[in-house]
Amino acid sequence: MQVEQDLLAKNDRIAAVNRARLDATHTLAVNLMSSPGSGKTTLLCRTLELLKGQTPLAVVEGDQQTSFDADRIRATGVPAHQVNTGAVCHLDASMLLGSFELQAPPEGGILFIENVGNLVCPAGFDLGEHKKVVVVSVTEGEDKPLKYPYMFAKADLVLVNKVDLLPHLDFDLERLMGYLAQIRPEATVLKVSARSGEGMESWLAWLGEARSAIA
Amino acid sequence: MHELSLAQSIVEIATSHARAEGSGRVTKVFLKIGALAHVDPGALTFAFDAVSAGTLAEGAEVIIERGAAKAFCVPCGLTIEVATHADVCPHCGVHQWMLTEGDEMRVTELEVE
Repeated sequence: MQVEQDLLAKNDRIAAVNRARLDATHTLAVNLMSSPGSGKTTLLCRTLELLKGQTPLAVVEGDQQTSFDADRIRATGVPAHQVNTGAVCHLDASMLLGSFELQAPPEGGILFIENVGNLVCPAGFDLGEHKKVVVVSVTEGEDKPLKYPYMFAKADLVLVNKVDLLPHLDFDLERLMGYLAQIRPEATVLKVSARSGEGMESWLAWLGEARSAIA
Repeated sequence: MHELSLAQSIVEIATSHARAEGSGRVTKVFLKIGALAHVDPGALTFAFDAVSAGTLAEGAEVIIERGAAKAFCVPCGLTIEVATHADVCPHCGVHQWMLTEGDEMRVTELEVE
């Protein structure tokens, strides 16, 4: 029998529900993705410290096990909900929908979704977010965009993290930029250091623009 | 290994159609997987065998048809064929294209008995 049914149809339907839910409360949802160890959580904590008090904020943390990351987020004073995916290597739209029952999206603010640290699987699943942000740190290889093209091909923004370490490394920033342009010329690229604070103001400005686009 | 989630979705699609038809078993599952779909066909078949165990789709044969990936080149205004995300347009040498076809992952047909 003829079927013609998309494997992601169910996920995409739920993602559309999530997007409608987020739009109803004018909440910008940002999906942060990277390999493990890129400094995503530290970058997020630093971002929350800079934004709290001015912007309503909440975080959904995705990890296979533990609530370590949600605990680190809560220490900043921002509410966080930990999703443990168990054996699953990515967040999917139903997991985000489930999180809304326990933690409402911050009205008129920003919901940060920290995906499972993995440059492969999270790229395949729309969560209903407004923006996909890929974090790549300079302690990784410059060739990450070519090795993991599915992830970078969907990025709205690429944050190059840990740039304070550049003087101590052989990392070739120009090569990374060239590879990014090859895979995703449309993406904005910003250099940041969660540790030194370098570049954080451009990242906050980017978030501000994304917020006004959905308001 | 996100193929496990995708295989789960194939099993749900196949068994719900089989039940609706009053069939006892799914024997064949036909899939169309585009050249730039974010999935490994081998891993998908392996995952399908694992997650279909104990369902109406257990033991079903998975037949995968691969489709070419096509893109619209913005500078040229032409449709081009691409094999990887890093490909440049063969006419203008620029990487400024939008995928129009080739990332699909669909169950196209089922055989039941």
